[in-house]
Amino acid sequence: MSNYKAKIGLEMHCEISETNTKVFSSAANTYSSIPNSNIRPLDMGFPGTLPVVNKEAVRMALMTSIVLNCTQPKYMYFERKNYYYPDMPKNYQITQETKPIPVGIYGKVSFDCNGEEKTIRVNNIHLEEDAASLDHLYDTSTIDYNRAGVPLLELVTEPDFNNAEEAVAFLEHMRSVYQYLGISEADSKKGQIRCDVNISIMDENLDDSDLSNYGTKVEIKNVNSFGGVRDAINYEIKRQTKLKETNEYDSMPQQTRRWDEESGTTIYMRSKVDAIDYKYFVDPNIPKFKISDEWLKEIKESIPMLAYDRKKKYINEFNLSEYDSNILVKEKSISDYFEKAVELGCDIKQAANWVNGMILSYLNYNEVSIEDFFMTPEMLKELIELIESKTISSKQGKDVFYKCIEDKKTPKQVVKDEGMMQITDENAIMDIVKEVISENESQAKTYDPQNPKALDYFIGQVMKKTRGKANPMVASKLMKEELEKIVGE
Amino acid sequence: MKYMNKSIEELHNLLKEGKVTSRELIDESLKLSHELQEKCNAFVTILDDVKEEKVTDNLLSGIPCGLKDNYSTKGILSTGSSNTLKDYVPFFDATAVTKLKQAGAVFVNKTAMDEFGMGGTGTTAHTGIIRNPWDTSRMCAGSSSGSAATVAAGVYPYATGSDTGDSIRKPAAYCGIVGYKPTYGMISRYGLFPFASSLDHLGVLTRNVKDAAIVVDNMKGIDKNDMTSWDSSNINLAESLTGDVKNKKICYIKEICDINNYSNPSDELKKHLENFMKTIEKAKELGIQVEEESVDQTLLNASAAVYVVISCAEATSNMSNLTGIVFGPRGEGDNYIDMMKDHRTKGFSPLIKRRFVIGSYVLQSQNQERYFRNAQRVRRLLVDKWKELFKKYDAVILPVGTGPAKKLDGSKDILTKETQVLEEHLQIGNYGGFPSITIPNGFIDNLPVGVNITGNCYDDSNVLNIAYALESVMPYKNQIAGGEDNE
Repeated sequence: MSNYKAKIGLEMHCEISETNTKVFSSAANTYSSIPNSNIRPLDMGFPGTLPVVNKEAVRMALMTSIVLNCTQPKYMYFERKNYYYPDMPKNYQITQETKPIPVGIYGKVSFDCNGEEKTIRVNNIHLEEDAASLDHLYDTSTIDYNRAGVPLLELVTEPDFNNAEEAVAFLEHMRSVYQYLGISEADSKKGQIRCDVNISIMDENLDDSDLSNYGTKVEIKNVNSFGGVRDAINYEIKRQTKLKETNEYDSMPQQTRRWDEESGTTIYMRSKVDAIDYKYFVDPNIPKFKISDEWLKEIKESIPMLAYDRKKKYINEFNLSEYDSNILVKEKSISDYFEKAVELGCDIKQAANWVNGMILSYLNYNEVSIEDFFMTPEMLKELIELIESKTISSKQGKDVFYKCIEDKKTPKQVVKDEGMMQITDENAIMDIVKEVISENESQAKTYDPQNPKALDYFIGQVMKKTRGKANPMVASKLMKEELEKIVGE
Repeated sequence: MKYMNKSIEELHNLLKEGKVTSRELIDESLKLSHELQEKCNAFVTILDDVKEEKVTDNLLSGIPCGLKDNYSTKGILSTGSSNTLKDYVPFFDATAVTKLKQAGAVFVNKTAMDEFGMGGTGTTAHTGIIRNPWDTSRMCAGSSSGSAATVAAGVYPYATGSDTGDSIRKPAAYCGIVGYKPTYGMISRYGLFPFASSLDHLGVLTRNVKDAAIVVDNMKGIDKNDMTSWDSSNINLAESLTGDVKNKKICYIKEICDINNYSNPSDELKKHLENFMKTIEKAKELGIQVEEESVDQTLLNASAAVYVVISCAEATSNMSNLTGIVFGPRGEGDNYIDMMKDHRTKGFSPLIKRRFVIGSYVLQSQNQERYFRNAQRVRRLLVDKWKELFKKYDAVILPVGTGPAKKLDGSKDILTKETQVLEEHLQIGNYGGFPSITIPNGFIDNLPVGVNITGNCYDDSNVLNIAYALESVMPYKNQIAGGEDNE
């Protein structure tokens, strides 16, 4: 590959999973394991049925368009893409082409790839309906129309990726964007994300700002996991490089291939010459409708700060490590929780440690979502303050944490009810220190200040007597002074 | 006593007064349906076991009527007069059907039509040729052929229709009755089998203007299932028929109406245009100002091609769902493609197949600019021209067709370039979605002819009121085909 560079573009399809109904039909937009249960006559293409645009889906699409720094249209149009396939009973898909312009056109996105910022151009993003899902069995195929009509966002990038890592990093970035925007679970296991990849290679020394230097575009259809995208790109680069080396590259026609997961190869489907003419035209059943500036403004204001920017903030403003920041921003709800705690005045570092440590492991272990988590950011703040003020030790803090959740009480209430107030009063601790020394006189007399283990024993005794409530720092300080006095005499 | 030749209001009063029952009306209508079926082949289905409806204050309650067979009717065969849907029984009603049901209308039959509304002859229905009750050797025009024939024959006071080019208004003229298509979107298209969505209108065929207003009042309304429908709740068409048309202004178009514009006019055409000018005189007598306007002949000539391109393109796409897989008779073949091909090859008439080929051709990416997009541009020019006229006039009045109903054997009538505009100008009402009504305005050789009044969008009340006034000064209101022997 050293002699060549790859030019990779992505078409990322993401199902909008968070609307109540499908994009043009009133059927529920929910995943159902019972095939053909979420369908209305439109989804089956019955005569006389008409599409009705789901405004919420349009809102979400516009939101994504804004995030991608695209230009939004003044008027919204939908078009028909005409072709016959069993997964689409109308035999046309309602979608958007680039003319008239779709929900978004000509944008750019910055994302993180292995710690480096990369920016790519977006050609367009459009809203369309998903097709039914087909299952090809040994001698029959089954069709489930539940997915037919589910709103789908198709994001088309320019060929600005140079390798598989960049492409996958971008997909991960977009998955997070969709999740943060509350548009989609963006779960590729549920088939919510599907990709087409186009790849060409060119000589390393050629200028890639000149389109005529580009090689022949090969489109790979239906890559349904991020791992698949990585493997397909790597395979295809290798395949095309080999063609270069055997001087066959220039005779390779522009073509569409299919990613075959099982064999880990791409398989020829059709050449550009056989490309389907989709006979696009504006769907007359959907009148064009105006996208008002007020609505766009309203949508813009509803966009939360996204993971990419939060991470920057955590590192640069909060002085958190990249590692901690990555964990915190992984899920919006967790990041929101953390930010709420910070906003309430929690120590940032402490809050981050609690969220990334105790809280996340509790949530994961008990399979609880943070929305259902008993301990609010307010309570977390209380807990951190109890420890900071040395009212309880950090070890006690952990007990209080569990006790809170278990008894559904605030940290203060737990500390009060359990009598967990730490003893910080020097006089009180001194009494106990003296008591311990008098009970262990012989050991005290042979105390070796050079051997720290000896001190630990005495402190342990103090803790035992106070059932762990003595402030260990104070206890340690006083005990050390007292013992040194005895030995020094 | 015969009832079915009466108007809706007359029947309503008789029902209210208890002088006749809904059952009696239905029985008479069914009997007439069977008689007309023998004579004209106007129906796909006659609903012999239909139940009577309770008579309420709604004018339509308890009164029989017919539905064009491209209206989806729950539990009732709805074929669109096509073999591709010859056994199709919808499980939902078209919105307009639901509304008529709510009004208490009684559906006694489904009327035959040109297959899926494509065609203007009434000869392409899968159940055979539909004949004109005035002269069974002649056509009704189409595509609402069955609806026109049955209303003209006095089977009931009204039948629904659909109109993509002139499919309500031309059959109305050929059958000597009233045909009205309201502004685009006034009646929801949900449940109507589509032909060309941007041109498709629902409407009604009746024997007088008031009946048309009453029926559409009961069919119209905004519908959450049709994004192109609009709220007309502030419009009551029947109530707006005052008959007062003083100081209204209408125009006709010289290029279409002037006999000197035709180099070799037939006697029939001469009579037709003379008769039209008589109607113009009647309008003037009513106090309407009538002017002659001129429209660029080249623009008018382009209209017919615009219609072919746009309607065929939309139809090709709209009817892609007819594959015989989800519904309709399953085709034979080893795979789904062959099955679809078999279904469509056997199912569609040659006319429709030809239109699909045209539709596909004009939508192909290499042809789209030249044909489809240019057609849309010319459509816009024509609509703009008509809108310009509507700034000055309440309506445009024009003769329908080149004369009375044509012979079914096609012995004459080769469409000449010269008469094409006269024959097809009603399409402009579909381009703009304009409210448009045809009323009978005379006879040529004992066959009825019609005149059309078209106004601006949302101005239905005005258009209907002009038609209502004009109708009142001509002796063709409520006429029944066959005249006395139908009494």
